[in-house]
Amino acid sequence: MNNNRQQTSPFYNVDWTTIAIYIALVLIGWLNIYAAVFDVEHSSIFDITRNYGKQLIWIGTSGIIITAILLIDSKFFNFSAYGFYGITIILLVAVLFVGKLVGGNRAWFEFGSFRLQPAEFAKVAACLSLARFLGSNNIKLTDFKDQLKSFSIIFFPVALILLQPDMGSALVFFSFFLVLYREGLPSFYLIFGFCTAVLFVLALLMPIAYILSALALVAAYFLWNNRRTKKYYFLIIASFILSIIVVTGVNYVFNNVLMPHQRDRIDLLLGRKVDPKGIGYNVNQSKIAIGSGQFLGKGFLKGTQTKYDFVPEQSTDFIFCTVGEEWGFVGATVVLGLYTALLMRIIQLAERQRSTFSRVYGYGVASIIFFHIFINVGMTIGIIPVIGIPLPFISYGGSSLWSFTILLFVLIKLDTNRNGIIR
Amino acid sequence: MNSFFQRKYIIQGIFLSVVFILIARLFYIQIIDDRYLDFANNNVLRRIIVYPPRGIIYDRKDNILVQNEPVYDLMIVPKSVKPFDTLELCSLIDITKENFIEKFTKAKNFSPVKASLFEKQLSAETYARLQERLFQFPGFFVQNRTLRKYPDPIAAHVLGYIGEVNEKVIEASKGDYRQGDYIGISGIERSYETLLRGQRGIKRIMVDVFNREQGPFNEGKYDTAAVAGDRMVTSLDAKLQQYGEKLMQNKLGSIVAIEPASGEVLSFISSPTYDPNLLVGRIRGNNYIKLLRNPLKPLFIRPIQALYPPGSIFKTVMALVGQQEGLLNPNTTFTCNGAAYVGRKRLGCTHHHGTLNLMGSIQMSCNAYYGYAYQRMIDQSPYGSPENAYQVWRDHVAKFGIGSKLGIDLPHELKGLLPSTTMYDKWYGKNHWSASTVLSLAIGQGELGVTPLQMANITAILANRGFYYKPHLVKAIGEKKVIRPEFTQKNYVGIDPQYFPVVIDGMQRVVDAGTGTIAKIPDIVICGKTGTVENPHGKDHSVFFAFAPRENPKIAIAVIVENAGFGATWAAPIASLMIEKYLRDSITRPKSYEDRIINASLLPGDVFNASGNVKKEEKAKDSKTVTKSSIITQPKTEQKLSKPSVKSEKAPIN
Repeated sequence: MNNNRQQTSPFYNVDWTTIAIYIALVLIGWLNIYAAVFDVEHSSIFDITRNYGKQLIWIGTSGIIITAILLIDSKFFNFSAYGFYGITIILLVAVLFVGKLVGGNRAWFEFGSFRLQPAEFAKVAACLSLARFLGSNNIKLTDFKDQLKSFSIIFFPVALILLQPDMGSALVFFSFFLVLYREGLPSFYLIFGFCTAVLFVLALLMPIAYILSALALVAAYFLWNNRRTKKYYFLIIASFILSIIVVTGVNYVFNNVLMPHQRDRIDLLLGRKVDPKGIGYNVNQSKIAIGSGQFLGKGFLKGTQTKYDFVPEQSTDFIFCTVGEEWGFVGATVVLGLYTALLMRIIQLAERQRSTFSRVYGYGVASIIFFHIFINVGMTIGIIPVIGIPLPFISYGGSSLWSFTILLFVLIKLDTNRNGIIR
Repeated sequence: MNSFFQRKYIIQGIFLSVVFILIARLFYIQIIDDRYLDFANNNVLRRIIVYPPRGIIYDRKDNILVQNEPVYDLMIVPKSVKPFDTLELCSLIDITKENFIEKFTKAKNFSPVKASLFEKQLSAETYARLQERLFQFPGFFVQNRTLRKYPDPIAAHVLGYIGEVNEKVIEASKGDYRQGDYIGISGIERSYETLLRGQRGIKRIMVDVFNREQGPFNEGKYDTAAVAGDRMVTSLDAKLQQYGEKLMQNKLGSIVAIEPASGEVLSFISSPTYDPNLLVGRIRGNNYIKLLRNPLKPLFIRPIQALYPPGSIFKTVMALVGQQEGLLNPNTTFTCNGAAYVGRKRLGCTHHHGTLNLMGSIQMSCNAYYGYAYQRMIDQSPYGSPENAYQVWRDHVAKFGIGSKLGIDLPHELKGLLPSTTMYDKWYGKNHWSASTVLSLAIGQGELGVTPLQMANITAILANRGFYYKPHLVKAIGEKKVIRPEFTQKNYVGIDPQYFPVVIDGMQRVVDAGTGTIAKIPDIVICGKTGTVENPHGKDHSVFFAFAPRENPKIAIAVIVENAGFGATWAAPIASLMIEKYLRDSITRPKSYEDRIINASLLPGDVFNASGNVKKEEKAKDSKTVTKSSIITQPKTEQKLSKPSVKSEKAPIN
């Protein structure tokens, strides 16, 4: 009797640890949005003409979404994964035609005062579809064919998002490589990705001839080491050639593929340009806000850099500035600690799933959240070029909060069935 | 299925290392690198200096001489302006609509978000009307400032004026002054600058990215309040000062009146004067240039900057010094045959006075008597050489305040001229000069240069029978009514009191039956002495000094009217009127006596009498040279005085 009633409650068997961290992050977000745009004339945190009042609405509606997700049968998510995917693809196409042009990007649908960003939901759909695909029988990510199919699921929405063009949202999809890696994608891809990134940065920082000579030396060393067996000759030579292609291609990509503002942001990060009043203004002010927080911060509502508009986008992409300024190193570390705890807990949840679908989905959730934190926080403290993506659960915005809530709570719902039969 | 389980740790490892990198970076910019706090403060903090009201200056009877007049600047922040009734605002501040548009555009071009001046210095009445309606005009606000205001346009030279500090002062002040600050430039405003300016307060406010004010920093915890400048009670008697300035109108010269018992300066008149309100606010620059170019030099502070040979009034000092040295006594007589013959020198006199005693010599102002007396002091003294005797004589005279600054609390005081033995040694050669060589000193002519203030001080010494307080203009500073300690110290001149009565008797008789009877006032015993100062450049200067009443004197006064001839003609009646005004507060003499003075124009070159303006400029130039050269300015004198000019002894009069 008692047991039965428990089973019918939408919160039966949910992972309260994850939910607690979720609630903590959402509340931290709400308070920091309040602090970031606080002004005495609108001092009520419930004032719905202001971002913090609106965020409360997004939080409330998230509650409804959560309840709905928890009420739905978990089979539904596996079953309709491709359906969602299809819908978001249609939306991503539609937004290119009827979307509202904001800041040069056609990324938003506008309904009156209400805006929706389909790319946010495309992450959820892509995550579900990838899980569905990898969860089907006989998929081996060591096989090139299956690799290619996985990549298509990931890069189809990326291509559409790049047409908007929204570089930030598109980059997020690369986080799925971590999921693929967990599911058996050869390490080569991650190593190649990492090496490419390093070579890219190096190629921008120093003359190409230096790098090429260094690469030749490294290759020669390995060839000499393996002269007896000649076992890895093919691999070494192939890597060397690939590296040369990457290095020589960097300047072409940098100058011809990237947009001017993206080039500027990379140049600023690498110190190839210095312009704190112009193109470097945002990052400079962001660093000033966080740096001036020092150890304990200036205190709640006492931050000046964000409140008085020195930092741009202070309630959305640069919300971490308010955390850093008002709560200092301690507060910033606590927030990053909460995120780390969340990521670790999600991996734990994923690993305890019996179905591949649920596990893959769990890793997808962790990877997306991780990527957002890395890019967003890294950008505010100047170790990543400026890429406009929100900080999960904390940044102001309905689309962002809703999509992360859906992303997380679908996992929590799937997790409630961890003891059930494998499907 | 779970064959890649181990990769979980690699993924967790990636997550943890990235978080570690982020925290390490945060640690660096938040804790290790402390420049960011400065950057943040530069962004947001503005130091605002709160100016205290400058100290108010009163006369001795607590009448206000200088006050602060609030003026109101209407400011505008164009971006905050919302549609309003333009015509109403125009009519409130009395400008035309075109003017309004022009000002608005100008402000907008300056900055749409920063406050700029819309209309300068509204009057209190306009402000009162505007203030009630101000809420109807968003984007406009009123900022008040203060200007110096002089309710009665008197005592300009005493009060001085303030103006913006220059680069040099800013640099030397080490942070006390900034660009645009006001500082006392002359007069009391300058000598009491540090007390009058008060203490500036500092307010720290926060601004947003558009430089809009966002309230105090840290609830004003670090703000300091402005402390108002000290009030100054001067020793001036405003009524007497005003009366004196009226008497001196259209004349060149000075009146200095001192209260002998305290050294307080009762009136300090330098003529021509100017309205101190001319050097205030927006009009200061132009008016200053005009005053500076005025050939009559109204900015020249005659009482402490003009040097004159003292003339016959110096005979009182001679009589005192002679007695103290035991060379003269009341019964000492010399015979005047219209001149004194000392060595090969002849010192002319105005009359054949016959045989005079000491008192008679003062009463009659006999030059010959002092020629012989000086011969006795210098050539026949017990000090050996004339040089030694001259040194003794000089030391006595110096104690009367001649040849050194009296230290009045005004800037730019000159010390005057009292020749040293070395100067005469240089001119004539050691042991080659004697009483006859420097004979004109005996009657206050020659190489003596005395300011009117020093003359008045000598009168105070006579009134006090042997001592003086440093003349001063500020008698009480601040709420606690502090006075500078040096102004309460008696300065003795080294003449014993018993030597004074005979001189004072003589001075009383000057007024009762001597050269200065014109100054006589019924029922007030005035002791005075006339002087006519030889002026090689034009008409002689008319000098009179006096104190009254004889017993327990209340006022000691020196009057000098340039180019006005005999001392008795102009200076004596002016002094007499001043004394009566001060002691009785009204004039008992017939109005014609007063009118004669007030209406007289004794300016050189008739600048103000010229009905046609055709040659005005040329004449102005003339008068300028006259004025300038008739006054010996101390620094140049020593170089310019040359032997021949001294040797030619004319017969001074009186």
